[in-house]
Parts: sequence; structure tokens; C-alpha cells
Amino acid sequence: MGSSDTADARALSVAGLLPCAISLALFLWLSGFIPEIAAGETVRYATPWVPSLGVALSFVLDGLGLTFALLITGIGFLVMLYSAKYLAGHIHHTRFSVYLTAFMLSMLGLVLADNLILLFVFWELTTVTSFLLIGFSHNNPDSRRSALQAMLVTAGGGLSMLPGLLLIGSVAGTYELSEIRAMGGILRDSTYYLPILILILCGAFTKSAQVPFHFWLPNAMAAPTPVSAYLHSATMVKGGVYLLARMHPSLSGTDVWMWTLAIFGAVTAVFASVLSLRQTDLKLALAYTTLMALGTLVMFLSASNAYAITAMATFLVVHSFYKAALFLAVGCIDHQTGTRDARILGGLWRKMPITALAAGLAALSMAGVPPFLGFIAKEFLYKGALEAPTMLLLVGAAFAASAMMFAVAGIVAFKPFYGSGKAMDPDKPVDGEAPWFMFFGPLVLGVAGIAFGLAPHVIESISIAPTVGSLLGDLSQAKHLHLWAGVNTALILSLLTFATGFVIYALHLRIRAGLEKLAETTPDSDVLWDKLLASSEAGMTRFTNFIQNGVLKRYLTTVFGTLAIFLAISLILGRPNLAEVSFPNVELKHWSIFVLTIMGVALVLATRSRIVAIASLGVVGIGVALIFIMFGAPDVAITQLLVETLAVVLFALASLRLPGLPKRDEVPRRWGDLVFACFVGGMIMIVLLADTAGSFNLALTQYFETASYPDAYGRNIVNVILVDFRAVDTFGEISVVAIAALSAVALLRQRIRVRGSRS
Amino acid sequence: MKSIILIAASRVIVPLLLIFSVYMLWRGHNEPGGGFIGGLIGALGFVVYAISSGTEAVREALRVKPEYIAMAGLAMALLSGFMSLPFNEDFLTGQWLFIGASEGEKGFPLSSVLLFDIGVYAVVMGSVLAIVFALEEEVE
Repeated sequence: MGSSDTADARALSVAGLLPCAISLALFLWLSGFIPEIAAGETVRYATPWVPSLGVALSFVLDGLGLTFALLITGIGFLVMLYSAKYLAGHIHHTRFSVYLTAFMLSMLGLVLADNLILLFVFWELTTVTSFLLIGFSHNNPDSRRSALQAMLVTAGGGLSMLPGLLLIGSVAGTYELSEIRAMGGILRDSTYYLPILILILCGAFTKSAQVPFHFWLPNAMAAPTPVSAYLHSATMVKGGVYLLARMHPSLSGTDVWMWTLAIFGAVTAVFASVLSLRQTDLKLALAYTTLMALGTLVMFLSASNAYAITAMATFLVVHSFYKAALFLAVGCIDHQTGTRDARILGGLWRKMPITALAAGLAALSMAGVPPFLGFIAKEFLYKGALEAPTMLLLVGAAFAASAMMFAVAGIVAFKPFYGSGKAMDPDKPVDGEAPWFMFFGPLVLGVAGIAFGLAPHVIESISIAPTVGSLLGDLSQAKHLHLWAGVNTALILSLLTFATGFVIYALHLRIRAGLEKLAETTPDSDVLWDKLLASSEAGMTRFTNFIQNGVLKRYLTTVFGTLAIFLAISLILGRPNLAEVSFPNVELKHWSIFVLTIMGVALVLATRSRIVAIASLGVVGIGVALIFIMFGAPDVAITQLLVETLAVVLFALASLRLPGLPKRDEVPRRWGDLVFACFVGGMIMIVLLADTAGSFNLALTQYFETASYPDAYGRNIVNVILVDFRAVDTFGEISVVAIAALSAVALLRQRIRVRGSRS
Repeated sequence: MKSIILIAASRVIVPLLLIFSVYMLWRGHNEPGGGFIGGLIGALGFVVYAISSGTEAVREALRVKPEYIAMAGLAMALLSGFMSLPFNEDFLTGQWLFIGASEGEKGFPLSSVLLFDIGVYAVVMGSVLAIVFALEEEVE
């Protein structure tokens, strides 16, 4: 497959086009729901999955879900169209398409799931699929590292989210989000509110890369550009924002919610926009602006006023449009020129006019220039911030971030196309315009930014108002989007933003130099992560070497010692009445078995030959089997006998490989072992005696005795329990048997190979 | 270390053990026995054969790797579990068929439970043989 000639390799393939068809079909199908959702209705579909645990395959489509679903499938379609060309001829193109489609479907499941457990499943599916996508260039160690890092951070957050979701379920008594949203009061008054909030925020903040979990996102840029455009602008990283928005009706309104989200969001937004100024790689600069957008979204979710929520909903859509467009445009630049370095690129508009147009439109939306939708979003951000109780923080952070956004928009989309191209390598001619498959997506998204800006009521009725309705409970709560609201504080702030942004753009080379100097002296969380990982690995290695040091004796000591200690603890805590213990009436035949077993043990201890020891151990086993027979358990006795026989065979085979036992006088007397063995044996004996002292609960025995034949048509209760009543347990056991056998074979074979390679 | 006595004896013992193992499996539902015990006896039969004539001979007689036997057993047990799903019953609920049943006559019982037990038999036998072979072949 890899040896096809280049002309063929560049052609479009089924692998590239099928995902486009799937995503387009989904987009059109979902668009069909717009009228219903815009009217404030919701669509729900549910089928039981694990009813005993309250887990259902339930999906709900409401304003928030539909907005996300349309972004996921719509931008998904454009990105897949783009990658059909971008990756055409790549040896693993099919694999890429499968990953990307799987990611899209998991993301879609996440935003449509109504059941919390289902939501968690899709949440982790997006983590796994994004791991595969980030690590797509698996030959590159950086790429593998980034993939692992992204997965560890987001999956760790996801795991901490799970108990949070379970707590919500136990407080609310249901896992259905559509029911939980009406229970905000119960959740907020619950004693578990704080733990729930912390756990959920851990999940959301890691997924949406809030400081201090932000470092994985820029590293995830190791993925192919369409993946960055899709995962790290429009979809996956918004998963956390989605979760917070989903939980907004149930968890928001408290001081903790308000301040935590506001502070984390504000810090992320400002921190990320400062860092994005420092980047010279266009893609990395964009990655940091994504962090800034995520911070802004989280920050505005902290508030509950209608302006802030409308601003959040608008900014969510705007950002998805312009960020995906810019990423894809940068991909076009990279594809045609072979570089993404902001210091080199310039004057590209002559060669790539359409890409320049698309990027320009997107950048103007990002900069928040009228009449783009980005301008409306920014106006609303200011209005929402001014109304919030955390006004100073929100206005300050939004102002700083927006001003720097303006500057970055210039760096990313103005300079490469219209700046001086003097630094461009004249020996490497630009290929010209990118193929239409590739500039189509950015162009559509760029145009959408201005079209919706000129006609804001369209996007308002399709998406913004229904989203606000999902959060605040009522469509009519949404503020009307408009371009011109008269001269007010927000407009003045906007104008100030432009001015500041322009100054920053003009000075950005100097600022970058200063930031680089600063970066040398401040600790990098990426480095800290490496240290954390390394120390955790070292710790685990020490732990493993301690537990699994290869000395069989220590393993056995650990296992039996743990058992005996727990038995002792349960004896101390349980306080059984040992006075009631009466020794059973032991007859002569029982004594004979006892003597036989003891003699077997004595012989094992005394002998210096492995074969004798193994055979004597067999005697002990047979003694136990005899006890089973005497007390009426023939099945157990037969099994015991057979296992004993096989064990002797296995031991005998293994002992052929072992050296002989050392002579008696070479071994020091191990009194410690004697004490230890007596301790373990004694504990087990006492627990058994204490257990049998009371009367047995015979309910189960009686049930099986009466139900065995009528229900399961079997008279051998032991077997009926094994294969019918408790067949799931048996299935688990035989799986363990099979896996143990495979592992043993693999280990033994490996030893043969190691030895074979040495000789 | 081939022993003529062991080889001669194994010609009688091995078939007996194998037949006995199937018998134990078959009667297990009503009398002491069952897939686990049957599987152990079957494995013992082949182990005796392996000790007398070497593992190569047993591998030839088995025709498939013991690991595959174990996996096939696991698949059978899983399949028997799914048999109840078309009847809208829980996973692994026993499904019974009484062939030739009439008034007062139970008929010849066949069930998904038997398939499950055969699965257990195969898993136990295959797993034990896999370990024994690996140990024995390592020695050689």
C-alpha cells in the first residue's frame, strides 16, 4: 500500500471523503432540529442500559447541546474536507480518518448525553481518541510525549470527575441531567456540595486546560494541523466548558462557584494571552489564544447574569469560528511554504489571496472589530462583566486578554500575509494558493464571522438564545444581539481595547524579547511535569523492586503475613466470644487423618530431597481431601485430589530445573520462620473456630437445595451453583485460569528465548 | 528417559482417563463431577501420555495448541451466556431443550448450561496442558 506512486498518492481517497460524508449528514440531520429547539423545546431519546444502577442510554437535545453538536459536526465537516487533501497520500490516512471520526462521534455523544454515567463514558472516549490523534505521528518522540501528557492530565481529571458525578447522582437520586438541572437547590444545600464542586472542577479544568493544568494544550500541537484546528479550538478543549455550562443550573450561584471560576478563568485568560505574544510559531501562538478563550469562557460562567451568559454563548460560537479558521489557514501556510515561523513569513497575500482573505476575516473577528460577530461578543463580555459581582476582576481580565488578542490577531493573520516578506527564503518559492479543499473551510468560517455579525438575530435565534435558555432556564432571558447599542461603557472599553491592542502589536517584537528573557528565569510547568513524572516513575520502581524482588520467600511472607495481620485485626475488632468455642468431637478416623497430615508436613521439613518433599506435600493435600470426603463434599474432594496430583506433576517438572537442596548443616535454623508459620496457622485456626462457634445462616443452603432441581434441572448442587446460579462467577474464574495459563506460558517461553540468545 | 512399562501402561490408562473425564463432565449436573473435574482428569490423561511419550506426541494427538483449546472453551462459555439474550433473559440464564419430551417423560436434556460446562472443561484442560507443556519443553 505504501508503494503507490506519487500521482496516485495525492489523489483523494475514500478514506478522506467518507468522514466528510458522515459529518455532513450528521450536521444536516441535526440542523433539522433547529426550529424545535429555537422554540424552546427539547428532544429526548432514552433506552435502558443498566437499569439497576440507574444508567441509561439517554440523549437530550437542547439549546446548549444543539449549539455544540452543530459546531462539532459543522466544523468537523470542514476539517475533514481539509484533511482529505492535507493528509492525502499519507500512509496512515485511513487510520487518521478512523480516529478523527471516532473522536467526532465521542464528542457528539458527550454533548448529547443526558445520563451522567453515559456522559463520563463519552468524556473518557474523547480523551482516548484525542490521545490517538495527538500521537498520530508516532515515530516522533515529542508527539508520543505530548499524547501521553494530554491523556494523563485529562484522564486524571476525568477520573476525579467520576466520584463527583456519582455524588451528584446519590444526592439527586437520579443520573439524568434533565432531572438534575431542576434540583439546583438540593445540590447547593447538600453537605456534599463542596466535594462535588471540587471534583467536577478538576475534570473540567483539566479538560479545558485552565492554569495550572494548561501545559498539555500547547504541547498537543504536535498533532497534525487539522487535529489542532478541530480538537483544540472547537471541540475537545471545550468539553470542560460544556460540562461547566451543563452544571451551571445545578451548581452555580454560590460564592465558591463564582470566585473559583472567576479567578481560574481570569488567571488563565491573562496568563495565556501574555504567553501567546511570546510565541514565534504561528500554531503555538494560536494554541495560547485558545487557552485565553477557554479562560474567558470559564470566567464568564462564574456569573449568572443574563448579559454574562449571553456573552459566554456568543463568544463560544465566535471563538469556534475564528479559531478553527485561523488554524486551518496556518495549516495552508505551512502546507504551501513549509514554515510557520512568524519571524520569517510575510507578503503571502500575493501568492495566496484566498487564504489571506479567509485568515483576515477570521482575525478581524478575533480582534473584535465591528461589524464582525467577535465585536458583538466583546461588547457583551464587557456588559456581562460590568454587571457581575466580581466586576473588577472580570473587566480587568477581559480587557487585558482582548487587547492582547487584538495584537495576536495581527501577528498571526496580518503579518504573514501583508507584512514585509524580506526574511522569506527566496530559494524556496511558495507553491501558490492552497487547493480549494483546504481554503474552503477557513473561508466559510471567516465569512460566517462577518455574516452573523451583520445579521446577529439569525445566530441569536439558532444558537445563542437556546443556549442561554439551557443555562438560565428560559429563552427569553437571552439579551438581544445587536451591533450598535449607542455610546456606553462597553463601547468605550472596546475603543480602549483597540488602542491598547494596537500599541501592543506595534511593540510586540520588543515585548517578545522581554518575555523570552523572563521565561529563562521562571520555572516552566512543563518541566515540573517531567520532574513529577520522573519522580513518580522512580518511586514506583522502588516500590515494585521492594514488593517483587524475585525472592519467592518474601512473596509468600508478604501474602501470608498480610492475611494473618488482617485476620488478627478482624479478631480484635470483631471480639468474637471465644468462650463459646467448643472443640468438635474428634473421632479416631479423624485423628488418623490428622496424624497422616502432620507426618506429611514433618517429612517436608525434614527431607533434603525435592522429590520427597513434593510427594510429602501431596500427602498433606490428600489428607485435606480425605477430610472433605468425610464431611460430605465429594466434589470438592475430587477436585482437591486432582489438583494435588497435577500439582505434584508440575512441581516435579519444575524441580528438574532447580539445583538440589543445600545440606542440613549449611542452613541456619530459621526460628523466625517457625514463629511466623505458627502465627499464620494459629490465626486461621482461631478464626475458623470462632466462625463455626455460632449458628450458620442456612438460608442460602436451603434455597439452593430446594431450587436446584426444579429451576436448574440438576441434583448436584455444587455443580448447579457453578454452572447456573453463579455462572457469571465461574466465567470470571475460568477467564482467570486461561489468562494465568497464557501468562505462565509467555514467561516460560521468554526464559527459553533469553537463554537461547545467550548460548 | 523412555520407559517401556510406562508406554505400555499409558496405552491403557490414557484412553481410560479421557473417557472417564468426559463421563465426569457429562454426569456432573446430577452426580459429583462437572467441567472443572472433568477438565482436570482429561489434562491428567494427556500429562501421563506426555510423560511416557513426550510432548511432541501429545501435541500431534491434540492437533491444536492447548492455548487454543482454552480460548475456545472461553468462547463457548461466553456463547452459552449469550444464548439467553434472544429470549430477553439475563446473561447466562440457562436455556433448556428436552428432546423427545412427552407426558411423564423428561426426554433427552440439552442446555446452554452443558455448553458452559464444556467450556469450563476446555479452559481447565487447555490451561493445565499449556503450563505443563511449557514446563516440560523448557526442560528438554
